[in-house]
Amino acid sequence: MNDPLVLAAAVAVLAGATFALRAAGPLLRSRVTVPARLERLMETSAAVLLVAVVATTALTEDQGFAGVARPAGVLAGGVLAWRGAPFAVVVLTAAGIAAGLRLLGVP
Amino acid sequence: MFIIEVVRTLWRTLDRALLRTIALVCLAVGVVGVSYGATAVTSGFPVWFPVLVGVLVLAGSSEFLFVGILAAGGSPVSAVAAGVLVNARHLPFGLAVADVLGRGWRRLLGSHLMNDESVVLALGEREPRRQRAAYWACGLGVLVFWPAGALLGALAGTAITDPDAFGLDAMFPAVLLALVLPSLRSRETRRAALVGTAVALATSPILPAGLPVLLSLVGLLATVGNTEER
Repeated sequence: MNDPLVLAAAVAVLAGATFALRAAGPLLRSRVTVPARLERLMETSAAVLLVAVVATTALTEDQGFAGVARPAGVLAGGVLAWRGAPFAVVVLTAAGIAAGLRLLGVP
Repeated sequence: MFIIEVVRTLWRTLDRALLRTIALVCLAVGVVGVSYGATAVTSGFPVWFPVLVGVLVLAGSSEFLFVGILAAGGSPVSAVAAGVLVNARHLPFGLAVADVLGRGWRRLLGSHLMNDESVVLALGEREPRRQRAAYWACGLGVLVFWPAGALLGALAGTAITDPDAFGLDAMFPAVLLALVLPSLRSRETRRAALVGTAVALATSPILPAGLPVLLSLVGLLATVGNTEER
C-alpha cells in the first residue's frame, strides 16, 4: 500500500477538486443572469446526465458488459416505477431479480 | 444553528410520501456504502479510510474507482484523475440546481451535498420550496448514511463476501431510474436523454469512466431547433 502521506494528499486533492466542480455551477449562476431558455437547457442537461448514469451503471462494468442479471433487475424496477409502484417495491424488485437470476446461474 | 433552522424548514415542507422516498434513498445509499467499506478494507485499507474519503469526497462511484485503482497498485495520480473525471458531471449539475442552494454558507455546504440523488430529487419537484427541501433533506441524509454505511462495512470487512449476490449493484441504478422518470415529462427531454444515453453507451467500451456520461450531453443537440415550439 502507498505511503500514508501520499494517500492523504491524494484524498485531499480528490476532495478539493470534487468540491470545486460542485461549487463552480452555483457560483457562476450567482454572477450572471441567464435567459429562461438557457435555464431550461441546463435542467434538461442534468436529466440527460442522470439517465446516462443509470444506463452506464446498469449495463457496463470496467468498460465491458455487466452481464444480464443487473440490467434485468434495473429494467424490472424501471417498468414498476413507470407503472406507479411504490418506491420500496421498485428498489427491492430490482435487487431481488438481479440476485435471483444470479442464484440461477445467470451472470 | 442554521442546520437546526434548515431541518425545521424541511420538516414543515416535506410531506410523508416524499420523506419516505428520501429515507429509502438514504437507506439504499447506506447499503451501497456498506459494500464500499467492506471492499476498501478487504483490499488492505484501514477502517477509517473509506469513512474519511466518504465524508470528504461524498461521491460514491468516484470513491469506488479511486479506492479500486489504489488497491490494484495504480499510481495515486491516476486514481485522483479517474475520480475527478467521474465527478465532472457535478459542474453541469450545479448549473441546473444553483437556485436550490441559497447563498453564503448555505451555498458552500449545499455544493458539498450535491450528488446524483439530491439533484434528481430536486429536478423531480416543481415548486421551488419543495425542490429546496427535497435537495437538502436528501443531501444531509446521504452525508450521514454514506459514511455510516462505509464504517459498518469496514468493520464487518471480510464477513461480507459478495455484495453482488444480493443484487445490491442493481439497486443504485434502479433508485436513480425511478427518481429521474418525473423529469422526463417533456418529449424534448426524453429525446435528448435517448440520444445522449446511446452516445454514452457506445463510447463506454473505449473511454475511461466518467467521460461517456459527459458525452451524453451531445443529446442536447437533439433539442436545438425545437426550443421555440413551447
